[in-house]
Amino acid sequence: MALAEPDMANGPEPSPMEKPQGYWAGVGERLLQDKLTMFCMAVVLLLILSAIFAPWLGLADPYKGSMIARLKPIGTPGYILGSDEQGRDMLSRLIYGGRLTLFIGLVPVVLAFFFGSFLGILAGYVGGRTNTIIMRTIDVFFAFPSVLLAIAISGALGAGIVNSLVSLTIVFIPPITRVAEAVTSGVRSLDYIDAARATGASNWTVIRMHVIGNVLSPIFVYATSLTSVCMILAAGLSFLGIGVRPPEPEWGLMLNTLRSAIYINPWLSALPGMMIFITSLCLNLLSDGLRSAMNVRD
Amino acid sequence: MLSYLIRRIILVLPVAFGVSIICFLLVQIAPGDPLTAIMPVDATAEEQAAMRAAYGLDKPLPVQYGIWIANLAQGDMGKSIATGRPVAAEVFGAVKNSLLLAVSAAVIAFPIGVFLGFLAGYFRDTWVDRAVTAASITGVSLPNYWLGIVLVIIFSVNLGWLPSMGAGPGGSQDWKWNWVHMRHLVLPAVTLSVVPIGIVARTVRALAGDILTQDFVQALYAKGMTRLDVLYHVARNAAATALSVMGLQLGYLLGGSILIETVFNWPGSGFLLSNAIFQRDLPLLQGTILVLALLFVAMNLIVDVVQAAIDPRIQRT
Repeated sequence: MALAEPDMANGPEPSPMEKPQGYWAGVGERLLQDKLTMFCMAVVLLLILSAIFAPWLGLADPYKGSMIARLKPIGTPGYILGSDEQGRDMLSRLIYGGRLTLFIGLVPVVLAFFFGSFLGILAGYVGGRTNTIIMRTIDVFFAFPSVLLAIAISGALGAGIVNSLVSLTIVFIPPITRVAEAVTSGVRSLDYIDAARATGASNWTVIRMHVIGNVLSPIFVYATSLTSVCMILAAGLSFLGIGVRPPEPEWGLMLNTLRSAIYINPWLSALPGMMIFITSLCLNLLSDGLRSAMNVRD
Repeated sequence: MLSYLIRRIILVLPVAFGVSIICFLLVQIAPGDPLTAIMPVDATAEEQAAMRAAYGLDKPLPVQYGIWIANLAQGDMGKSIATGRPVAAEVFGAVKNSLLLAVSAAVIAFPIGVFLGFLAGYFRDTWVDRAVTAASITGVSLPNYWLGIVLVIIFSVNLGWLPSMGAGPGGSQDWKWNWVHMRHLVLPAVTLSVVPIGIVARTVRALAGDILTQDFVQALYAKGMTRLDVLYHVARNAAATALSVMGLQLGYLLGGSILIETVFNWPGSGFLLSNAIFQRDLPLLQGTILVLALLFVAMNLIVDVVQAAIDPRIQRT
């Protein structure tokens, strides 16, 4: 990290007893002091871990229905969170449901982070015609509200997990590219880049040594702020019936199939949405905490 | 101002062109033959070829695109495969209903968002600020299709105050400005307004907070201006940015109401879109998305022009 090195020329001489604190150590320390962010991180981690280790948690089979135990209310013995319209255990389905929802909600942002950073850094660093071509293409995607674009692509491709991943990745590449391009052009015009080039460093070396380290933090923080939207959209696609297919447990899909039960067992049918809401709230707060801990300004 | 307007309109043209290409390609990425829905199962190879020729599907892609655009310019977006009716008529009827919903949500959201955001910015770092910030992050995090269901559970199922489905009694699609119809608008509009309330409040909070710490505000107080007059100056400085955020939000409401329209069976463009998806009615899908995206582009153009009209500093950049 170029920014992380302590300013040895002007800064105070670090005492021999304590090592100078690096950038990431400072970020970690600030995060640890931020109780709300730590709490949200714990909640998100718990959701992810319970989703991964769901088969070992001793839960009921999330696919096994029961004709006589349909729509049991929350708190029924044997069905702590009730049962769904096919008599499947809600607690089990909610925990298993995290697998697909979190997967489809987070992976597109990770993929878009790589593609978008690549395109944005390329456009921002090279400039000129390359920049024009990339950024004008990106502009076209901004003509679609993100929900509309996701539904349009998923609707055309048809339901399915891979199709959802593809459409959501396409939705999030343009905003990340735009941010990456803006930060990179900003860094590009700074003196130390000129200095590095004057020493004869190749473009690749300049990008690797001096650009990436300084642009990745803001792009990363921006990408984390998209995770909550992506999760809501991912579950939304399944809710519309163009995401995950039944009988897979997935929060958006469960919310949709349980809609028929709102007159029989209203609060039970709202549970999957509650999970989406809690996760998305924690992801948003986590991103805000990360932003201030990493000193990123927007 | 006029030259700015012209420059801005010229900039929109390539975007509109790109939008049309994406909408055209949507049909191409769709798996399967677009004609399977209407092709008789026992059609011979010649009959299939004739059908393809009749729909122009035997020509190369650029030619198909050219024909599509030429028809589009005459207001012809093709025929719905499911109903056989012209796509244009179906889309415009539905978009009218979506607009009604989006504008109603905006009318609820913008004053509340501006008010809350301004309060938070004015009383920065007090409990008011923290309460508004907490409320707006909650609003932004809500999956609004779930909020819609929760509101239906409370106000339709438990209290029985408001209807949960459709745009009028008995599934009527003709909107009228009377209470019987407006009752149907309440829940979807409120549901849709929550996210923009959060976003507008957040924006206005940051704006008001920044402007209030600027030197000119101190100067205005120093020359003896009343609090109210100073607030007028602050509002004028914030107006351009705040309006542009709100304009964008209105566009998002229009394109983003699809999920809410599904929850409430609202006969708008989102409802049409989900029907088009499930019946594999690709011309209808294409037409609806094209119209919504072009509306969004037009909305952005209007926002930019209005913003430049309010804040002359923008025109120079």
